[in-house]
Amino acid sequence: MKWVSFLATLLFCNTALAGGKLLATPGVSQIEGSAGGGIVPWAQLAGYASEDEWSIGAFCSRGNVKNYRLDVCGVQGNLFNRIELSYAEQEFEVPALNTRIEQKVSGVKVRLYGDIVYSDWPQLSVGIQHKSLKDGKVAKLLGAGSTRGDDIYLAASKLHLGALNGYNWFWNITARYSEANQTGLLGFGAKHADKSWLLEASSAVFLSREVALGVEFREKPNNLGLGESHWRDIFIAWFPNKSLNVTAAWLDLGSIAGVDQQTGWYVSITGYF
Amino acid sequence: MSLSNSYKRLLLAITMMVALSACQSTPTTLYQQVGEQAGLERLVDAFIKQIGQDEVVFPYFKQTNVSHFRAGFITHMCDVLDGPCTYEGDNMVQIHTGMKINEHDFNHTVDLLIAAMNEVRLSHSLQNKILARLAPLRAQIIKI
Ligand code: HEM
Ligand code: HEM
Repeated sequence: MKWVSFLATLLFCNTALAGGKLLATPGVSQIEGSAGGGIVPWAQLAGYASEDEWSIGAFCSRGNVKNYRLDVCGVQGNLFNRIELSYAEQEFEVPALNTRIEQKVSGVKVRLYGDIVYSDWPQLSVGIQHKSLKDGKVAKLLGAGSTRGDDIYLAASKLHLGALNGYNWFWNITARYSEANQTGLLGFGAKHADKSWLLEASSAVFLSREVALGVEFREKPNNLGLGESHWRDIFIAWFPNKSLNVTAAWLDLGSIAGVDQQTGWYVSITGYF
Repeated sequence: MSLSNSYKRLLLAITMMVALSACQSTPTTLYQQVGEQAGLERLVDAFIKQIGQDEVVFPYFKQTNVSHFRAGFITHMCDVLDGPCTYEGDNMVQIHTGMKINEHDFNHTVDLLIAAMNEVRLSHSLQNKILARLAPLRAQIIKI
């Protein structure tokens, strides 16, 4: 019931404290807590705060693939559309092993340049995600070198108004320097494996002001030698107003911990205050 | 590693949308698509009505001569949308200097323009093309 009234409040409360951005331009919440797509952090900062405003947001997401389930909830703060602070807790369920892996991710993102709508060049941000596993047993068992790590990333994004036959077109490219295995859920690094640069990308078309349809790609390292796959998804995101976003996606996470064909669905809800 | 069929279909759809927009010739100007002078007047009147009812943007216009603004804004839009007009009024910097419009209020004005475009039933894609013409002007309008 609490959830229902929470959602109802967001759906009908059109006046967020900070409404200084155009609808949908902050993006949604990615699984590590940063503003982004579902799996890729984007250059935009979370929430609708513009240069002289601040805002906070909260989200919960669930990804459900064949043999695993990931639940994430987190909060995000935006200071003057310059700095984004985020914190997320992930719970990764492995029903077959009756195991749950928990990871905490704290993030900071700084906007270096631009605005995804108005600047001539893409908006550019740099960010860090500090991750630590609560209990590194599984990670150690699989040969991971560490149970905590830091990802650093550089992201560029742009919204092209009317570019696709009159439809607004969005793209983002992120380069991430990381040694995280399965985003850190299976630890960090391994013997003979070091940090590497990984490429991530998203693209979306806005079918209306409120609805975007997009795809994402996230390159993954293979430190543990378990055939870790690149991740992909197709998403649809709905922005009924500046207080609420609901995103659904179809995931293709490939092979996880040696188990193939991890496809499934994803839903995420973000509220902005 | 192969992508799912739905992913490939989406790829195809996106590629086709890009291709179609690239080879489509534009037989009409945006000005014509808005409905020429009469359509533009309807749009600007709806926009002025939106501003008049808005507590954020209206204060900027407290001292403004609305009929002068209406005429100037219509001519400027006509010019920007490739219509048969030449805007000869003060430039964007001269007009908006001293207003200190911040990003929030600019975007809020864009929200009002979108509401006005919805009110006069401009299509989603025409709205976006109009916004694409106006967006580059922001740098000459805000924070001065
Ligand atoms: C709209 C965006 C994109 C679409 C629709 C797309 C589509 C595809 C397709 C069809 C493949 C072939 C998969 C296969 O059958 O093996 C592929 C692979 C790949 N793409 Fe993309 N791509 C997109 C964006 C990107 C971007 C922006 C990058 C990098 C900057 C990228 C990097 C890769 C890489 C590295 C592979 C090889 C992955 C592998 O080892 O299987 N993709 N992508
Ligand atoms: C791309 C966006 C904009 C464009 C193209 C634009 C264009 C114009 C034009 C052409 C005029 C002159 C009309 C005349 O001849 O009198 C004008 C006047 C004015 N604009 Fe803007 N404008 C924009 C954004 C804004 C915003 C965001 C605000 C405030 C929030 C604003 C406030 C005003 C005011 C108050 C006047 C009247 C000045 C006076 O009293 O003479 N404009 N604008």
